[in-house]
Order: sequence, then structure tokens, then C-alpha cells
Amino acid sequence: MECVFGLVGNGFAVVVADTSAVHSILVHKSNEDKIMVLDSHKLIAASGEAGDRVQFTEYIQKNVALYQFRNGIPLTTAAAANFTRGELATALRKSPYFVNILLAGYDKETGPSLYYIDYIASLHKVEKGAFGYGSYFSLSMMDRYFHSGMSVEEAIDLVDKCILEIRSRLVVAPPNFVIKIVDKDGAREYAWRESVKDTTDAPAPAPAPPA
Amino acid sequence: MSRRYDSRTTIFSPEGRLYQVEYAMEAIGNAGTAIGILSKDGVVLVGEKKVTSKLLQTSTSTEKMYKIDDHVACAVAGIMSDANILINTARVQAQRYTYAYQEPMPVEQLVQSLCDTKQGYTQFGGLRPFGVSFLFAGWDKNYGFQLYMSDPSGNYGGWKAAAIGANNQAAQSILKQDYKDDITREEAVQLSLKVLSKTMDSTSLTSDKLELAEVFLSPSGKVKYQVCSPETLTNLLVKHGVTQPATDTA
Repeated sequence: MECVFGLVGNGFAVVVADTSAVHSILVHKSNEDKIMVLDSHKLIAASGEAGDRVQFTEYIQKNVALYQFRNGIPLTTAAAANFTRGELATALRKSPYFVNILLAGYDKETGPSLYYIDYIASLHKVEKGAFGYGSYFSLSMMDRYFHSGMSVEEAIDLVDKCILEIRSRLVVAPPNFVIKIVDKDGAREYAWRESVKDTTDAPAPAPAPPA
Repeated sequence: MSRRYDSRTTIFSPEGRLYQVEYAMEAIGNAGTAIGILSKDGVVLVGEKKVTSKLLQTSTSTEKMYKIDDHVACAVAGIMSDANILINTARVQAQRYTYAYQEPMPVEQLVQSLCDTKQGYTQFGGLRPFGVSFLFAGWDKNYGFQLYMSDPSGNYGGWKAAAIGANNQAAQSILKQDYKDDITREEAVQLSLKVLSKTMDSTSLTSDKLELAEVFLSPSGKVKYQVCSPETLTNLLVKHGVTQPATDTA
């Protein structure tokens, strides 16, 4: 039921993930951030088994940071993607990490890029990609409306179209999504799309009983 | 001198020296000189060959220059059999990096990795250090052309011009005088041949006593490592006035 999708635009890449943490029929929380900031100019949007998702993405994040400390230069998006794929491939020989990843990044020399890495260590450099049941809907919408070099406004409009489609057509659709973007200025949160808010306000007082 | 502390590589002498490492560097001081010069458009490596014989198969074997990866090459000075082991280690390390990251290994990281291996032999295991010094020449997209020198202790440094092997101090001082920062590759070739001719023991330079290699970018942007052929080398030696042209016998 987890939905992750993303696309590459003109000088940026955007990734979207749902924000529900689900266990069987219970929704534990609906504001779980599944898009990790890998380094200053990279994002990992991950979906899959709960423990594996955090464990694996943190492992990659720390190794990417270690490389930068050791060598004084950051990894390129392509190198980070291939490293991630290699780790999944190595683990696969014993038991796979059930994590699907969309890795988005911006490199000064090569611009924005998006990598599709699934849990059995396939790697594809793509312009648009999606995982989960939501992919049936988001990929169709992106196939229809995507074109190379979209502006941020056009891309976010397409993202909203995909979210609307998922919400209206997927039976157990997640209510909330987070959108993150990466461009020459770095990786950052762009917006949330919430249709159900976790309320933190105190409940309204009960009305006084009639005299 | 504390001779009692010589034979074990992995202990300090009371003066705080590692004698085995120093003796390894002595061994290199008897080997053929190698010089490296960094220029704007490439790196030049020149080596003096100690094994000169007409019987040597020069087209297939090199004594001083080796290619580590498509974008990195090295010149060696010291014990050849030790050098072969380290060159193979460096080659494996470069490929292992490319296997993980699908990109060429940055030159400094390759040098650092090999030096970490060499350092191990000065600290544990009870094995002697490698009796080889290296000059690494390469190109990567982070820092462009680079020249590194490393020695048996596992220390390394980035250089604009460096010399290893016999008479390396004399060569280094000539390089210090004559090197300029904006030197071109052609000028670097000329300078390296000139320095070698001054520091070599033999009376005249001929192409069979030298190896010359260059690391540069082809017009299409790919890194090229080229060892000079004997004919080209002879012409270069004559052109730069470093050797007497063959006189016609009557």
C-alpha cells in the first residue's frame, strides 16, 4: 500500500512518498517521513518492510557520509546509486532487504538524475519511476503528462494529479504525502499534501447539560 | 647505532627510527632513476633502465612504467619483484572501486589505498617492507592531472615534479630550479630528459637506456597512457639536444 514515485524536471528532481506507517489494519501514524536526505544534494525515497527501510537507508547514509569524510569529496549520484545497488545485491545472496528505493540527486557536472533501485538489486536510471500499488496510477498519469524539462510548477502539478488519482482509485489509499525536491541549491522538503491530520488539539469541552 | 633493533621491522629503535624502512629506502637509492613532471596538459614519466641489452624484448616488456588503470600509470624504482606485487595490488584496488561505484577511482584514493597496504608492513606481521618507491601519474575529474610519490614507509605526497631512485636528490634540485607552474607537456618532456641526462652516470643518452611515458587527454576527452616508442624517443633525444646524433660511418 506504500506509494513512492518521482520524476526529473528542468534542473531538478522531485520525489513523493506516502506518510502512513501501517501494521496490519492499524495505521500507527500518518506523518512518517519516508524520504531521507542522503547528503546535501541527494534524496532517498524508500518503501518496503518497516525495519529494513530505516536500517538500510541509514546504513547507506552513513557510508556516503564516511566516504565524504575520508576523501574530501562527495559521491556522485551515480556512484551512490551503484553503491546502494551493490549492497542490496550482496545481501541478496543471504536474505534480501525488502526495500524499494528511488534515489534522486543533483550533480554540478551532470545535473539532476533519478535512479530506480528495487529490492532485488535492479538499477535503472530513469526520468520517472514509481513503486507499490500506487505505481499503477502514478505511472499512467506520468506517461500521459510527463515531458522532458518540466518546470517546478508543471512537475508539482503532475505530482498532484498522481496523488489525486491514487486517493480516488486505490482502495486503501494513504491519506497523506510528502514531496521533496533536489536541485542546485540542495535537497529539501517541498510540501506536504495532507487530507487527514493527526490532531494535537485538546478535544472541545462537552456542552453544559440543560438545566 | 643500535644494531640490535635492525632486524625486526615492526619495532622502533631507541632513537625513534624504523631501521628496516630506512634500509628499504637505501635499496631504492641504488635503482635506476625515475622522474615525474606535472604539466598543464599531462603528466610525464621518465625512467632510466638498468637492464640494457640488445637481447631484451623491448616491445612487450617494460622495466619502469606500468599501467594501473585506464586513467592511472606509475613509474617504479627499487626491487622489481616487490614492485610487481604492489602493482597488482593497486590494479585490484582500482577495479574493486570501479566494481562498487561504476566510476574510475580517484587517483589520490588509489595512492592512499596502496600506501595503507605498505604501512601495514611497517607495523605488524613481522614481514619486511617493500623495497619500492612509486611515482603515480593520473587524471580524474576532481583534480585533473596529478603526480604522487610514495615510498616504503607508506608516506605519500602530491608533487609538481619529483624524482626517485639513484641521484634523486640531484635530480630534485635541478627540477626545483627549472620547473615553472605553467609548463606544457612538451616542455615537461624536454625538462625531464635534460634532468635525466645530467644525473645519469652514463656518458650519452640513447633510447635503449630510457623509458618515457605520458598521461594526457585525447581530443575526445579520454585519458591516454602512452609509452614512447624507441624511434620516437631517439628523435626526441636528438631534438632536445640531449644526445649526439649517430654519426655516419665512412
